[in-house]
This record gives sequence, structure tokens and C-alpha cells, in this order.
Amino acid sequence: MGIVINGTTIETDENGYLVNLEDWTEEIAGQLAEGEEIEMSDEHWSLVKFLRNYYDEYQIAPAVKVLTKAIAAEKGMDKKEASEFLYGLFPKGPALQACKVAGLPKPTGCV
Amino acid sequence: MSKYAPRKAQLAREFLEKPTPLKGARADREWWEMPVDFHDGNWCFPGKPETLKEIGFPNPRKWAATDEDWQLPDGWQKIIHDGLKERLKKFRSLKLYLDACVRCGACADKCHFFLGTGDPKNMPVIRAELLRSVYRNDFPMVEKILKGFSGSRKLTAEVIKEWHSYFYQCTECRRCSVFCPLGIDTAEITMVARELLNLIGVNNNWILAPVANCNRTGNHLGIEPHTFVQNIMSLVDDIEELTGITVNPTFNRKGAEILFITPSGDVFGDPGVYTMMGYLLLFHHIGLDYTISTYASEGGNFGLFTTNEMMKKLNAKMYHEAERLKVKWILGGECGHMWRVVHQYMATMNGPADFLEEPVSPITGTKFTNAASTKMVHIAEFTADLIKHGKLKLDPSRNNHLRTTFHDSCNVSRGMGMLEEPRFVLNSVCSSFNEMPENTIREKTFCCGSGSGINAEEFMEMRMRGGFPRANAVRTVKKQHQVNALVTICAIDRATLPPLMRYWNPGVAVYGLHELVGNALVMEGETPRTEDLRENPMAVAEEGEDDDA
Repeated sequence: MGIVINGTTIETDENGYLVNLEDWTEEIAGQLAEGEEIEMSDEHWSLVKFLRNYYDEYQIAPAVKVLTKAIAAEKGMDKKEASEFLYGLFPKGPALQACKVAGLPKPTGCV
Repeated sequence: MSKYAPRKAQLAREFLEKPTPLKGARADREWWEMPVDFHDGNWCFPGKPETLKEIGFPNPRKWAATDEDWQLPDGWQKIIHDGLKERLKKFRSLKLYLDACVRCGACADKCHFFLGTGDPKNMPVIRAELLRSVYRNDFPMVEKILKGFSGSRKLTAEVIKEWHSYFYQCTECRRCSVFCPLGIDTAEITMVARELLNLIGVNNNWILAPVANCNRTGNHLGIEPHTFVQNIMSLVDDIEELTGITVNPTFNRKGAEILFITPSGDVFGDPGVYTMMGYLLLFHHIGLDYTISTYASEGGNFGLFTTNEMMKKLNAKMYHEAERLKVKWILGGECGHMWRVVHQYMATMNGPADFLEEPVSPITGTKFTNAASTKMVHIAEFTADLIKHGKLKLDPSRNNHLRTTFHDSCNVSRGMGMLEEPRFVLNSVCSSFNEMPENTIREKTFCCGSGSGINAEEFMEMRMRGGFPRANAVRTVKKQHQVNALVTICAIDRATLPPLMRYWNPGVAVYGLHELVGNALVMEGETPRTEDLRENPMAVAEEGEDDDA
């Protein structure tokens, strides 16, 4: 399985997540978002970049609670508003959709 | 809802229209004549090649259950035959379970997957027969005597497909074994079958990825030490914001009295993190001398769902760490299968852990003699003892916004026989506790439908079917007592019951027991509480009203 960019196939897993983190480019992110029926706005991009930076530092996608808090702090929202904001951007949830667009792997285990 | 879950109307129509043993219909053919079916929602994605290489498991390759050719290794029949032979020698229980079944059928309608699918191969008696039929063919003593009647059959690629399908439609919950007059433990048959399948590279990524993660980082989610600390410290901030109390967990601290180990889902997952906040508040409340390890950072053990050797290896890290940190004993968090491993296998697998001390509660002086060999105490038991001795200041009315019921986790109830302690704790921290029907609780509890490493999203159809009996029992108390909180003591439950409730019983949220403890604890020096640990408004005592009302 994979997605095709400029004639090159980029490998994805059964759920459509990138297999290799380093394959990620903004162009690929755009295509992944299209597959999720999401039109990328500046807000989307800034969240995706936040996720990638977080991953660089912590080697895992942020826990939903950690992410919500970070967004609340950045946007001057309370946490409930931040949560609604996140779900507004990625209706199927930041853990699933936003991580997919950001090219991060999906966490496994008791989650 | 997941694209892998069927519409409820579709399930209802199927039940009404299709003849099924659930309604007393006889199948039109014998079970071994029924083809195996793989479709979206009823199979888990296989382990990724790089994951298998990481843990040294055989036959790494890309494949799917829907492929015609599963690319089994050369000589796979011999591998399975030899593997079975070896295990029959090693595990006398296996031989006993394979030989003893008289096919009485007492187990047939006790399995949640049978009740949710009506598929005869989900009757535990037939599930075991899937392996037993090959055993009879391989070890033909019985076959010689009962030629043609013993139900033996040859091992074909189709049989492997059938094993893969049905041994992953078993959650190793052991409800069937409660009803077996001979005490056959079908979970152990499933465990061996999965172990045999792993020998030829027939596997499940949702199990193998956590195993590889745990092998590398110490926990299923693959949380690195600095991330593990950051996650917990983030919860510490949340606690301070909510209660004004600064709790001070320590990490990898040598010489602490107690090592606390819980599933990594409690550190990372929602709603597990609220249970973690409850633990942290409790330990602060009693001034416990404890530490948390960033290496033994997982209570769960998905090794249990792969091979005996992997289970042993992953279990060992908890004890290595306890020894290294020179703690006296280990306190274990709210996990399900961890307790099957610790309670039933640890003592002879990696134990006895003689370098640790027999656990004694530093607060009450109670000796936990039941943990004399494993040196590991279940937190529900620890907290129940604290409450019994009046060591906790609790205001159960703070949970008045919750009308609760309790889901016995299979491995805690049937795996270690703990039935009363969590109920005692729950009754002490809330005012509305409502039991589900008698045949669905305690040792007869119904599984969440997704245990034993099949809580993958792509398995959602089977999860919603397998979880139906549990959901149905919750529905009863929801109707009778307006229950809105399903309390449990297992991290897999906390991950799997929320989608199950959204599907079958919208309006019922899932809680960990110690989350409710955390809500009810009256901390010294706290700021007035108005919100529970989820930051939802909590019941607040009116002015002038007694705190304990």
C-alpha cells in the first residue's frame, strides 16, 4: 500500500499511516489530509508542525490530555475550548487523524 | 464510529433473519465443513516485518489474512507438529485439557463471542476441538481405538487460517472454564495455539508491536523515559490546578520502600490518565514512600498473548528493577492480565522473588500473606485495607454526579479471585453503586470483548459483537438505576469499554476505581473542590451541610 507523489510511491500501512517517519513532506501531508477529507488551513498546519516537533523531542505522539493543554496555553483558551478546537480541526480525533497527517505512527497497547 | 464496525440495524437484521444456534437452529453442516471467512472488521492486521525482526520472531513478511497464500515457511507442518509435541511434554495441563473433554457442551453458550456471533466455532468446546482434532491425528492412540469417531483431521493451510481466526476470537477470559465440569481452561489451549501460530509467523500486530515496544523501552506504548516522566509531571500540574496540592512522585529512586508499577495506558491513554491522578493523590494522602520506574514502566504483559518465553522475559523486568532499586516490595496498579501473569505464573516462572520482602502495608501494618511469593500487591487490596483501617479521609458525596456499576475484569476476578476488595472500595467512595445481573458479574463476569491483545481498531466488528453480553448487562442497570459510570480495574477495559459503550449504551462513561478514590479523597490543605479529575462539575456539599453527608 502507499500514496503516489510525483510518480514515486510512498509506503503506508494498512491504516494509511506512513511507514517511515522521514518520508514525510508537506506535499504528502496534503495528500494524507485529502484522504481524510480535510482541507488544510493555517491552523491545521500549525497543529501538524506542533505534533512533529513534539515527536522529535519525545518519540511518541502526545497524549490527548497533554496536547489539549499545550493548545489551550498557546491559544489562551480553557481546556474544554481547546478540545473543541482540536476536534473542529480533526473531527475523528487528534490521536487518529492529526497524527496520520503529521506522518506519526499510531500508538498501540492499552489505548 | 469506526468504519470497521457494522451498523447496529445490520446486526439486528442478521439476528432476526439468519438461522443461528442462538435461536436453537441446527447448522446445515458439520463445523469442519464450514469455510473460514475474513472480511473487514473480523481480522487483525499482522505483525510488521521490522517488528518481528526486532524480537526475533520467525517468518517476517508482508501479508494479510485475506490473501490466498499466507507465505508460510517451508516445512511449516513439521514446525507445528514438533511445536505441539514439545508443548504437550512441557505443559501437562495442555495434555489433560486435550484428553479430558467429553464434549458435554456446558461451555457452549457461555462465551461472549458465541453470544455475539452465533458462530458454532465460537463455542469453547469447538474452539478447543480446532486444536484437539489435529492432536488426535498426530497422536493417534485414541484414533486407533476409535477410528472414524474421534474427530481427527489433517493439518492443512485451511486449518491454520481457521486457527488464526478463532484463536483470536477468544480473549482468554476463562468464563467458559467456570462452567466446565472438568475444569478445562480453554484460555490455556488458546495460548498454546497462538504460540504455535507464532512459530510460523501467523500473528497480530496489535500484540507484537506492544511486545516489541516493551522489550525495547519497558512499556507497551514505547514511551521513552523522559516522555514517561513528562506525562506524569503533566498530571501533577493538573492535580495542582484542581486541588491546590502538589504531589511529588519520584522516579527510579533507590531505597524507596515500594516500587509502583501500572499499565502504561494509565500514563498515556484517556481515561486511564485520570486513574493515574487518583493513585498520585492517594499516595500523597498517606505519605507513601514509593517510586515509579521509567524502565519497569509497564504492568501489562502482552507476552502472555504470544509465547511463554516472551511473557517470562517481559515479566522479569519488573523484578530486575525492584532488585536494582532495593525496594521492599511492589505495588501493582489497575491492570487485568498483569495479575494473571503475576498471580498464576510468576512464582514458578521468574520467582520466587526472595530478594524482596513479604509485603506489609507501611500505613496499617497489614501483612499481605497472599503475596508472600510474588511480593506484589494489587492496589485495590491495598486501598481496601487503608479504608478498613480508617486511614483515608473520604467524601463519597463528591462522586454524587456518578451512578456507578462495576465491571469485574476477567483476569482479576477469575485469574486471582479478587471480588470483594474493589466493591468495598467503590462503596466507600461513592453513594450509588448498582450491581449488574448476578450471572454477569464476579467469577461469571462477561469480558469487555477486546482483551488479550485484540483491541485493534480494524477488529471493531468482532469487538462490538464480543462485547455485546457485557454491554447488555450494563444496559440493564442503566435502565433500572440510571447508571452513567462503568467502573473497572483494568487498562484494557479503560481502552475498550468506551467505544463499546458509545456503540451499545451511549451516555455511560468508563472510569477507573482509583479515579473515583481521587475524587473522594479530602486532602489536607486542599482548595475547595468544584470539579472532578476530568474537570467536570462535581457534587459540592451545600454550605452548612455535613462534609460526610
